[in-house]
Amino acid sequence: MINPNQKLNPKIFDKDIESAPIRRGFGEGLVLAGDTNKNVVGLCSDLSESTTMNLFKDKYPDRFVEMGIAEQNMASVASGMAAMGKIPFITSYAMFSPGRNWEQIRTTICYNNRNVKIAGSHAGVSVGPDGGTHQAIEDIAILRAIPNMVIISPCDINEARKATIACALNNNPTYIRLARNNTPVITSKESPFEIGKAQLLFMPKDNKRAEIGIIATGALLHRALKVAFELENEGKLVKVLNLSTIKPLDEDSVWKLAHETGAIVTVEEHQILGGMGSAVAECLARHYPTPMEFVGIKDKFGQSGTPEELIEHYGMGEKDIKNAIKKVMLRKTK
Amino acid sequence: MPLSDEKVQFLYEKAYSIRQSIVEMLIEAKSGHTAGSLDMADVFSYLYFYALKHNPQKPDWPYRDRLVLSNGHICPVLYATMAHSGYFPVSELKTLRKFGSKLQGHPHREFLPALENSSGPLGSGLSQIVGMALADRMDFGKTSGKQFVCLMGDGELNEGQNWEAIMLAGKEKIQNIIVIIDRNNIQIDGFTEDVMPLNPLADKWRAFNWHVQEIDGHNFRAIDEAWGQAKSVFDKPSVIIANTISSKGIPAFERKYEWHGKPPTSSEEIKIARESLGITIK
Repeated sequence: MINPNQKLNPKIFDKDIESAPIRRGFGEGLVLAGDTNKNVVGLCSDLSESTTMNLFKDKYPDRFVEMGIAEQNMASVASGMAAMGKIPFITSYAMFSPGRNWEQIRTTICYNNRNVKIAGSHAGVSVGPDGGTHQAIEDIAILRAIPNMVIISPCDINEARKATIACALNNNPTYIRLARNNTPVITSKESPFEIGKAQLLFMPKDNKRAEIGIIATGALLHRALKVAFELENEGKLVKVLNLSTIKPLDEDSVWKLAHETGAIVTVEEHQILGGMGSAVAECLARHYPTPMEFVGIKDKFGQSGTPEELIEHYGMGEKDIKNAIKKVMLRKTK
Repeated sequence: MPLSDEKVQFLYEKAYSIRQSIVEMLIEAKSGHTAGSLDMADVFSYLYFYALKHNPQKPDWPYRDRLVLSNGHICPVLYATMAHSGYFPVSELKTLRKFGSKLQGHPHREFLPALENSSGPLGSGLSQIVGMALADRMDFGKTSGKQFVCLMGDGELNEGQNWEAIMLAGKEKIQNIIVIIDRNNIQIDGFTEDVMPLNPLADKWRAFNWHVQEIDGHNFRAIDEAWGQAKSVFDKPSVIIANTISSKGIPAFERKYEWHGKPPTSSEEIKIARESLGITIK
């Protein structure tokens, strides 16, 4: 059942659930962050409309800098602005920022420990027709390895809005991973959000002990919840954790779920190599070794197609999540 | 008004002491970059002992000018100048590149918080100074009274990111930015014009809407005059191409690109370096 404390969208399993682009939550959140703090500034590499930074640009033109198509410069300019007390948000497609400008992010933002926020839009294969060049599926991996970096992967527009507002206040280099397309709205304005805290969205009725734990992040979370709902109807006892902050990892929530269930499946629209599942595996290997399966992209590049086609093709659909659960259940030792 | 003879003599003596310190640091560290460190000693002396608004006792004074060193590998000259200006004891210079030292092999502000930036990977300093100046302009308008100074190497202009930053500063017409290029004509693999030609360098910057001056980077009066002009430019960022002689101060090493990235190590090299700079070891 849905965890009632999460105050999720009551239509979460209905066919007519409303959808909205996760990236728009960023744009709206940035305006709200800018309303309360004049030091919030926006920098964009010629993509203000598709990253939705135009909302901020239109309201605060004097606090917006058009960088042109120059993501490396953008990262380091932001570092300089942060050195003067600004809270710069830089945005482009994730493939270009943090893709192209990784070293500038490492050295001028993280090594300098500057308070810069990197909003990477169009992450994952669900970018669709643009094809593999534009589908960032390595971004979590390349940023996880940088000290000082915080990584947030919101599951819907509401969480993206909250994450944007929260990271304007966290005083750390922070990456927000954003998907382009309409995504089911899972959470509500009242749902709890805290950087560094995983949220338990789905759990067995009557406080029964769960037998399988799903940990999902980003736009695929809704598919994971639908699978959990189906399994519940089949009599299975499932918990689903929304791991929106990938770094720092909420280790307590992760190992407690593993301890309770003895079987974990991770779900992310990213390479399995180095992604959220890897972070979970690193945690469990140290604290509570547990059989795991990983739903994600298996060391392949993306390609053109509809988001649905690509999610299915790369093995991240509902049937793939179900198969992963079957496989991991067979390996359970308790 | 030109610098007085007394002031020129004072800056010359400071630069001389800085060069002596650089050589002793490099000998002790047994690794590091000799050529650029030595050839920028005059510019550093001029900036820290005359031109910059700064306070070594209060490095985070908010109204200070900002100086970003982009080519972090010449940090021996930065560290030596900072020590001689009072940021930390001169005796600490001998810890260069050693474990736990404030003086990392390339500057890291976590270890030395008085630094404006960490650097080493080339080509990102200019972007940072542009960001600092943009932020300052948002808060104080275009005549805030602060100068935003970026020191960079000529070889590092191979990096494409610089040209992104040059475009942006030109577009934004940030008039309180002054870039000083150490035009020593060398980089690791050879002479700059052989590795990746930069000339006509001044024309390139002019084409990006910058105010450009070319000077003798060892002549304090020339540096001063260029600095004054750069400060008076309206609605354009300024670049000063400081022609320097690599490894200036040790004639046997001068103009030789081989000295870009190594210190004097053999007893003969150490002897030559010390004798050239009048260093006597008791």
